[in-house]
Amino acid sequence: MDLLFKIFIDPFLQMGAMPDLLVQTLWEGLVSGVLYALIALGFVLIFKASGVFNFAQGIMVVFAGLTLVGLHEKGVPAWLAVLLTLGVMLALAVAVERVVLRPLVNQPDIILFMATFGLTYVLIGIGEFIFGGEPKQMITEELGLPRGAIDVAMLGGRVTFQKIDIAAAVIASIMIAALAVFFQYTRIGRALRAVADSHKAALSVGISLNQIWAIVWFAAGIVALITGIMWGARSDVSFALQTIALKALPVLILGGFTSIPGAIVGGLIIGIGEKLAEFYWGPLVGGGIENWIAYVIALGFLMVRPQGLFGDKIIERI
Amino acid sequence: MLRQLTLTALAAAGFASLAAPAVAQDTIYVPLLTYRTGPFAGSGIHIANGMRDYLEMLNQRDGGIGGAKIIIEECETGYDTKKGVECYESTKGKNPVLYNPYSTGITLQLIPKAAVDKVPVLSMAYGLSASADGTNFPWVFNPPVTYWDGASVFIRHVLQAEGGNIRGKTIGLIHLDAPFGKEPIPVLEALAKEYGFNLKLYPVPAAQMQNQGSVWLSIRRDRVDWIYNQGWGAMNPTAVKEAVKNGFPIDKLVGVWWAGGDDDARAGEAGAKGYKTLNFHNTGAQFPVMQDILKHVFDKNLSQAKREQVGENLYNRGVYNSMLIAEAVRTAQRLTGKKAVNGADVRRGLEALNITEARLKEIGMEGFAAPVKVTCTDHNGHNKVFVSQWDGTKYVKASDWIEPLKNIVRPLIEEAAKEYVSKDAGWPKRTEACDAPA
Repeated sequence: MDLLFKIFIDPFLQMGAMPDLLVQTLWEGLVSGVLYALIALGFVLIFKASGVFNFAQGIMVVFAGLTLVGLHEKGVPAWLAVLLTLGVMLALAVAVERVVLRPLVNQPDIILFMATFGLTYVLIGIGEFIFGGEPKQMITEELGLPRGAIDVAMLGGRVTFQKIDIAAAVIASIMIAALAVFFQYTRIGRALRAVADSHKAALSVGISLNQIWAIVWFAAGIVALITGIMWGARSDVSFALQTIALKALPVLILGGFTSIPGAIVGGLIIGIGEKLAEFYWGPLVGGGIENWIAYVIALGFLMVRPQGLFGDKIIERI
Repeated sequence: MLRQLTLTALAAAGFASLAAPAVAQDTIYVPLLTYRTGPFAGSGIHIANGMRDYLEMLNQRDGGIGGAKIIIEECETGYDTKKGVECYESTKGKNPVLYNPYSTGITLQLIPKAAVDKVPVLSMAYGLSASADGTNFPWVFNPPVTYWDGASVFIRHVLQAEGGNIRGKTIGLIHLDAPFGKEPIPVLEALAKEYGFNLKLYPVPAAQMQNQGSVWLSIRRDRVDWIYNQGWGAMNPTAVKEAVKNGFPIDKLVGVWWAGGDDDARAGEAGAKGYKTLNFHNTGAQFPVMQDILKHVFDKNLSQAKREQVGENLYNRGVYNSMLIAEAVRTAQRLTGKKAVNGADVRRGLEALNITEARLKEIGMEGFAAPVKVTCTDHNGHNKVFVSQWDGTKYVKASDWIEPLKNIVRPLIEEAAKEYVSKDAGWPKRTEACDAPA
């Protein structure tokens, strides 16, 4: 009885007793969720265009962040370093298309997936060789990103909004909106969607798969850079960040591998859900549940919608 | 054809004889299990540099230890237990004098192997706290202090700051959710009963090291008065940042000695001023030993570290670790009369280790660390620890040397050692003789 009370009643009593902490938890979850959505977006972009689950997306976040900070350490002004980092991500996209994807055209998806595993370890090696293994501080101030916090007295307590978190939420939202517009209304965006629907049909109307793949990997590289800057500003830029990128997995399970709105909604549900679960239900089992509860949430949704919230329902004739 | 082969063989033999030294030099093989890559590299790199540079300095300045050149070989573990065991297996055939696992997870794997392979394990101030019991763990050494001592010193520091009464206070342990992080839990639970404080545990899974938002919200909800941080790698700078962000009084956040990297505190910027960490050696490059490292290693471009990192806390930690290795080897040489000692000899050396104030002065470490004495029954010493505090640019000594609560810690250690051994029916009884202290 006591256990049932602790599971079903007590957390809600706590929410009512300390509403400021509930708001703070929701805010933390929202910010994490937006960042998860951004990471998931990188996966979705590549999956839509090539059917490849890009395991290297996490290390791309680290690689982009380290390149930016590393260039700045060499004396390159911050915004020039951003442009040069974009150049590096473009070069990486072209190299991946030429060296990894093109030779593997028509191979089973699992081969391409394994190739992205290989790419992950190549990027880890190159990153550690060039930048070393030490964590680096993000150049938040140099990029003009806000610092400090806004304390708001509310609901009988205080809620703290970190300015960098507000900036992260705003920038990630703009990024997501820009990508949605790009996909919906531009010529390249339409070509990307055509490739996503059918490679053969896209080829038959003259769309170059090679070009599209390079573009989409570059777009994922841009997303990786933004994610690296934002997450790096919250903690540090280190190789440990790539494990956070795996948080995109439950987001993708939830939102569907091919849906941009799915990545956004999935990110928010996972972000807010895991924070609420850790904060209110975590103490019942000694804490530390945030790591796996995201998968429980995602699997719970899958029981109702196996294709994910926004994924395409696959109907195959037998 | 036969003639060609004979000529080739003769040429090869002649070349080999030219390449071989005129007199075979005595050597000591010291494998260093380090991690310069992966999520924990931020802490591991500095320690690896300090360990390597001290041994290299001995080679350059003195030609090694007691006339035997040190062969230093690093093996990259990435702080991964599986890789650490691979490193052990791939190097144990080279006659290593001891192993430094540099990970509690790897240490736990090597403990049963040490007695079988006759190579001692030196887990300096980490690893299994119970292995301080030399009667049950004759091949494992963890001086100068265990995690349990550290936790007890933290509580003594809190007692001092709170006027001697912490009944009803809430003390939190934020820890890496791994064997290393969980180590202080038994002693903190015992101390909570003894002093009447509420203990709250906040585990941080390795995958969440840089995503601690909800943990710190829980700390805020629980109105925690003091936090002990048993963190490592990327967990530490994030913990300091989160403490600053959440308005937790930074001088009430105290890290174990492994949570005292300079980069850990720097991450919190101005707000980290006042962050505390336990320590068993000093920081700074003013000590003669550090000057020798600069002269014999850095001036010859033999170090992988940056010059300005000499004196930082974790670099100095590595130097301290290698000092223990060197002194154990020296003691073994004295006990056996051999230059090229082996693992079994160095086990005896570790067991008879007695680094006095006078000896610290001789090796350029006067004021750097406290004396260390190991005995056959006590493989740790439970030595004194002090509190270091971040002043905005570096760690400074912020307390006197504090004695661990030995009366509480030591019985727990002996009990835990017995329990460990009882779980393994085949655990060998100690048969090793006990040497007189050096």
